[in-house]
Amino acid sequence: MSARLEGYGRLIDRSQRVSFQFNGKRLRGYAGDTLASALMGAGQLVLGRSFKYHRPRGAVASGGEEPNALIGLGRDGRFEPDQRATTTELFDGLEAVSQNHWPSLAFDVGELNTLAARVLPAGFYYKTFMAPRGAWVKIFEPFIRMSAGLGRVPETADADRYEYLYAHYDVVVVGGGVAGLVAARAAAAGGAKVLVLEQSAHWGGRAPVDGGEIDGLAPDNWVKTALEDLEKAPNVTLRNRAMAAGVYDHGYLLAYERVADHTPGDGRPRHRLWRIRAGRIVTATGALERPLAFAGNDVPGVMLASAMRDYLVNWGVAVGQRIVVVTNNDDAYRTALAMQAAGREVAAVLDARERVTGALPDAARAAGIDVREGHAIAEVRGHSRVKSVLAARQKGAGKAGEEIACDAVAMSGGWSPVVHLWSHCGGKLLWDDDAAMFRPDPDRAPTGADGAGFVLTAGAASGALRLDATLADAHAAGKAAAKGAGGKATRKAAPKAVCEPEAAIEPVWIMPAEAGPEKRMKMWLDYQNDVKVSDVQLAAREGYESVEHTKRYTTLGMATDQGKLSNINGLAVLSQALHKPIPETGTTTFRPPYTPISFGAIAGEARGDLFQPLRRTAMHEWHEANGAFWEPVGHWRRPYCYLRGGESHAEAVAREVSNTRENVGLLDASTLGKILVKGPDAGRFLDMMYTNMMSTLPVGKCRYGLMCSENGFLIDDGVVARVGEDEWLCHTTTGGADRIHGHMEEWLQTEWWDWKVYTANLTEQYAQIAVVGPKARQVLQAVGGMDVSKEALPFMQWKDGRLGGLPVRIYRISFSGELSYEIAVDANLGQGLWDRLREAGMGFGMMPYGTEALHVLRAEKGFIMIGDETDGTVIPQDLGLNWALSKKKDDYLGKRAQERSHMADPERWRLVGLETTDSSVLPDGAYIPAHGKNANGQQNTQGRVTSTYYSPTLGRGIAMALIHRGPERMGETVGVPVHDGTGRVVEAKIVETCFYDKEGAKQDV
Amino acid sequence: MLILECPYCGVMADETELAAGGEAHLKREGPGSSDADFEAYLFDRMNPKGVHFERWRHASGCGKWFHAARNTVTLEVYGTYSAQVSEPPKALVTAIKRKVPGWEGWM
Repeated sequence: MSARLEGYGRLIDRSQRVSFQFNGKRLRGYAGDTLASALMGAGQLVLGRSFKYHRPRGAVASGGEEPNALIGLGRDGRFEPDQRATTTELFDGLEAVSQNHWPSLAFDVGELNTLAARVLPAGFYYKTFMAPRGAWVKIFEPFIRMSAGLGRVPETADADRYEYLYAHYDVVVVGGGVAGLVAARAAAAGGAKVLVLEQSAHWGGRAPVDGGEIDGLAPDNWVKTALEDLEKAPNVTLRNRAMAAGVYDHGYLLAYERVADHTPGDGRPRHRLWRIRAGRIVTATGALERPLAFAGNDVPGVMLASAMRDYLVNWGVAVGQRIVVVTNNDDAYRTALAMQAAGREVAAVLDARERVTGALPDAARAAGIDVREGHAIAEVRGHSRVKSVLAARQKGAGKAGEEIACDAVAMSGGWSPVVHLWSHCGGKLLWDDDAAMFRPDPDRAPTGADGAGFVLTAGAASGALRLDATLADAHAAGKAAAKGAGGKATRKAAPKAVCEPEAAIEPVWIMPAEAGPEKRMKMWLDYQNDVKVSDVQLAAREGYESVEHTKRYTTLGMATDQGKLSNINGLAVLSQALHKPIPETGTTTFRPPYTPISFGAIAGEARGDLFQPLRRTAMHEWHEANGAFWEPVGHWRRPYCYLRGGESHAEAVAREVSNTRENVGLLDASTLGKILVKGPDAGRFLDMMYTNMMSTLPVGKCRYGLMCSENGFLIDDGVVARVGEDEWLCHTTTGGADRIHGHMEEWLQTEWWDWKVYTANLTEQYAQIAVVGPKARQVLQAVGGMDVSKEALPFMQWKDGRLGGLPVRIYRISFSGELSYEIAVDANLGQGLWDRLREAGMGFGMMPYGTEALHVLRAEKGFIMIGDETDGTVIPQDLGLNWALSKKKDDYLGKRAQERSHMADPERWRLVGLETTDSSVLPDGAYIPAHGKNANGQQNTQGRVTSTYYSPTLGRGIAMALIHRGPERMGETVGVPVHDGTGRVVEAKIVETCFYDKEGAKQDV
Repeated sequence: MLILECPYCGVMADETELAAGGEAHLKREGPGSSDADFEAYLFDRMNPKGVHFERWRHASGCGKWFHAARNTVTLEVYGTYSAQVSEPPKALVTAIKRKVPGWEGWM
């Protein structure tokens, strides 16, 4: 059993009891506990079940690298799955539930998966893809879904708020251990503005646990004085609970601050995402201890040697009463000595090295600990708790050995520097054979805008593991960072450290070296994804040579811990299996974030009303108050229709269409783009922009124009009005306003920069209202003030004047086929004009109409809509718009492209109308099949529906479609599958695109 | 997340303020050009590993287009300059040559 020890626990306050719940059971811990230390202190060793085999698991580590101890935290709006118990600070009232088990943590049905391990080998998922399709749907998928998976997805909206913080620093030091503090002091002494980020709540890192002496002080005391110095320095900011998540181009650094995880509901944002620009980044991120691969290394009670030491020293928790230490290096002896000094029994230290000399092993021997050279663990016995280990020779198969009773195992396979942040932006690694580790290659740092490396590593993160080397390296890094960021190099010296000498590590990747398949099947590499030595070896046998492929095939390192404990061991096993040296096998790519960050932090304040800015027209409030059903159009909201009484959307649309055709409708057209193009070369410029000739348009007249890209494809359309001798107003689509303005500017600034043209996007300056229908003229006459007769204001002309006392410009243009006036007014007068028009329109049965009625009206007329009839691959010729392509002009954007063979091909799909023989409405986007299959065995097609509506005017479904040689096939019938589950195919006749008033008589009256 | 200096407004602009516009100094081919020349103008891009000249727009700033010379591998920025030129400034090309000995030069 685990137990709390008096006199230990430097981070806990025994005077403050904290009560919490685990799986509904009320437990108690102390202020300063992590959830993991509190649970273990309360005797709860098993914290969860594994992902694939549902084996009982306890914590192996004490920090962010923990793969096993994932729990669901909180409830309702504060529930979060997959939180690491080892980094969760305990608070009063905390509620946690374990994951991956059914019906209970102690008894789990899914554990049968362990028995099925033989049929769940590496690449299991991929192998199932080779099975018949039916097997996947009926057998594999339900089985995988039931048995695999981590935490539950939260079901209610997040109760907390989150925020961003933007910051600029000369030097950001990542890590608040002794290396980070030394580096920060050196950088600050050079005059740099410094930020220090520490992921945990505590400063000082491992040094206070590991011991030694800094400037004559115990590490704990030295940390205290160093912090006091840094707090006093005006150019230093210290932040704990802040994890540097990722390093990006040009010194961009993301940090994740857990502001209120430990004080939920106190009103502060829960998490804060720091978006930092740093001149230099110093990663003092330390090193992580590696597990050893022996059979049963996942049984609860088997733990990293450093973690066992942490639980003892930091939280006063003894993980076992009688422990076995297994190692290939000297550091683990610190755990043996610490546990023995705390009154626990150390049954043996099994050291894989043949000859073990050195200060730490000697100290262990002197303390009476049984140190066995050249020894390994052949097997751990026990199910939900270690009962004993089988000790055997490392150089052997581990078939025979001595059973040693124990209830905990401390293992150490050596240390790997935390190189993630160094690697995120391209920093390269080198394999250090003597230290058996990948460490940053200082000659190949990630480079910034100035071409110099902008990430420096400090201390253990550089591979300098011993305290004296750590501090010297960190001091040099801080000094260089300040200088690199424009400060000075301090002349102060590094602090002096005293620590025990350590003998060399001997790499051990499989224990014992010649272990057979039965043992290798129980050697866990990746605890969280249940990947074993046998899986990686199988992948190698099946031909996976690349470490990146092996990773994906076996899922090694793909869990939420991203293989912090497993990657190096896994690739070493792969190297052995491939008979290649480790550096040739290489590492997988390190990607941000270092440990998972919350979606809330990424979203920040961008949720609800703040998710996206909303653009409102001058009449937005009126629409809202009068039944508008909104449709998002870009950042605008436009009324789709106005609902009256209990009518459905379809009924409202039909009413609006009919009323506009019979009486008069009112449309808020303000969102249409309005770009002013002015200057001596404006006409010449517009002749290049549009396929039509715009320079010859007389002042006072309007022309419908098409815009193509240089590739020849249609990108926008709209009416252009010549408003002055050197001044044109170009209307664009609602969604195209900014894009087309940018398009014009691009050509002006980068190709025809000597042309004298000025453009301005006036979209929001004007409200624009369309009065549409046979009674439109009567309405305007009722408002009064302008002569709007056919003679005074003919079709496709515009006129300035005062309408109802308001200064307006009226365009006689029509997107409905009806008599239509589009009236522009300064935006602030928009609501006033709207009101006057409504008042005047009452006697004429005027009703407002929305975007859907607008669509139906234009489709009845066969007018195209950018984005419906076009999709970026359609040219004007496809849409029968050849009349809008000027033959007089030598050049316009898209002209040359439209001469390319594929564009001029008569086999292209071209626009036609479709009339269903049963009058039904075709599904939007439906494809029209053709005979036979293509080279990929897919059904051939001969066209697709681009617009389809119910036409209230005609009382039937109408559609437009792009069809192979369409206009040559008038009167032909095609079959359109409607995919409603019945296999029904609707017959449709190819007709002209215009369904209503083909002569265009109604709009020109 | 690059930072480029806008040569018009002098702002050290974050990449979120900028819009990328692809390879710089393309020569426009219009009506009358051969199929091969026109295809090259539309589609052939250098995509070099190393020194590259690019078009950028200070889209969420002053709105101006400009040119940038940078290294696609090291992310070093050699300089930014006006959009109203058809080739990079000579001084910039010389400076890049000095910094990147193996570079074959512009065009």
